[in-house]
Amino acid sequence: MTNKEIQNIVSTWSDKLEFSEEESEFLNVIVPQEEVHSICSQLKAHADLKFDYLFCVTGMDWGKELGVIYHLESTTFRHNIVVKVKTEDRENPSWDSVSDIWYTAEYHEMEVYDFFGIKFNNHPNLKRLFLPPEWQGFPLRKDYVDEENMIIK
Amino acid sequence: MESTVKSNLKTEEYFINMGPQHPATHGVLRLILTIDGEIIKNVEPDLGYIHRSIEKMCERDSYQQIVHLTDRMDYLSSHINNEAVCLVVEKALEIEVSDRVKVIRTIIAELTRLASHQLWWGVLGMDIGALTTYFYAFRDREMINDIFEETCGARLTMNYNLPGGLMFDIHPNFVKRTKEFIAHFKTKIPEYDKLLSGNVIFQKRTKGIGILSQEDAISFGATGPVARGSGVSSDIRKIHTYSAYDKVNFNEALSTEGDCFARYSVRIQEMWESLSIIEQLIDNIPEGDIQTPTKAVIKLPKGEYYQRVETARGELGVYVNSTGTKNPYRVKFRSPGLSNLSVINSLAKGSKIGDLVAIMSTIDIVVPDIDR
Repeated sequence: MTNKEIQNIVSTWSDKLEFSEEESEFLNVIVPQEEVHSICSQLKAHADLKFDYLFCVTGMDWGKELGVIYHLESTTFRHNIVVKVKTEDRENPSWDSVSDIWYTAEYHEMEVYDFFGIKFNNHPNLKRLFLPPEWQGFPLRKDYVDEENMIIK
Repeated sequence: MESTVKSNLKTEEYFINMGPQHPATHGVLRLILTIDGEIIKNVEPDLGYIHRSIEKMCERDSYQQIVHLTDRMDYLSSHINNEAVCLVVEKALEIEVSDRVKVIRTIIAELTRLASHQLWWGVLGMDIGALTTYFYAFRDREMINDIFEETCGARLTMNYNLPGGLMFDIHPNFVKRTKEFIAHFKTKIPEYDKLLSGNVIFQKRTKGIGILSQEDAISFGATGPVARGSGVSSDIRKIHTYSAYDKVNFNEALSTEGDCFARYSVRIQEMWESLSIIEQLIDNIPEGDIQTPTKAVIKLPKGEYYQRVETARGELGVYVNSTGTKNPYRVKFRSPGLSNLSVINSLAKGSKIGDLVAIMSTIDIVVPDIDR
């Protein structure tokens, strides 16, 4: 299915979605925080889309906004879509977990929480994945400073 | 599997640690097991013992420097990791490398895959009590390491790739020694089969153990031999082809049982396929430049780039977000190891601790790839 056809289907689900193909090889869709779970479950369930394979979950700090990028593929049709979620709330960013839709999200969301401090509601076991539990701050955020361990050129 | 403990006996669940320094965990991985007698109720991996934050380090490095960091993720697929970063940079700069580079990269990638599967085979045998396999595998793997040493100057972390091509041309002995290796190894895989695949004890320890269903494999994001053992077609070399894989004929090794033995037979089959790919290419390495010139300071145009490659463990994805400067704004490595490890709880639940060792070994865990 072409990106245009995918966009035509997905755009009917909500009027708050923004589509873009600029500066990327995939079709990108920016989804508002409160609709993440419903849009994602429809992406997986829709008979013509079947995005059943979440192959990459990337935490992002765009400077002002924090967010997550979900790369999706359908193992049946081999088409792709990239779902982006953004928030300007740096104190308490949170939205629904998609780990019940794709099991792989469980670990990857823990990784995002570990490095970016984004909380995922309804996650079965949200805690730091790599860093020790007592670690302060979220190291992959752009405003993170650690004078002891970081070499800044 | 039903617990054999009689119901009128009072039993209690308890925790034990497997690792972080357990020989069967292949590196510093700690598994927290909840067990009832010898039956596993829950497995929770505790990660991060060798987390180095390679993604953060990438943000301060140039694109040439990033290539070197990727060796230290899945060190058994180091060449393929390097290739992934080079491909993403080449994609962003719209550089077309010569056919010679593509073919040499493909041959070396397949040799890497063979070396990785040999080590996996040796260690799998050792994990479940067949020590001989370890020595057989290392004898044969040594030949590949020698080829690498001659051409790349290194045996494990090769750094042979650069954005735009290769560091230097192949060694004059490369073709000859690779052919010698293929002839040698073709007689050895049947020996592997005789020694381990057909062994009754081995089959009893792997058949019907740790079954992963097709739906779960996709949902958990399992890739590589773990997914293909469950009948999921997931070979990036075929689906999103790169380098010279479109020029060769090979079959995607698949098995449908989803148990430990299925994952085992997929890897054995992959060794044959890798030998076949190398055979098709080794006599016809085209002439051409080994390096397409790039600027000394590489700056990627503003945008997002993604490249997927098939390492010996599955799909490696490299996401690069560039703002147009000499350093990437954000790099994400989608490592096959973390997603493959996430299936472990559903596979091991209800089986015995001894089976967990077989399950872990057939998932083929490399801890630096999980931790990054």
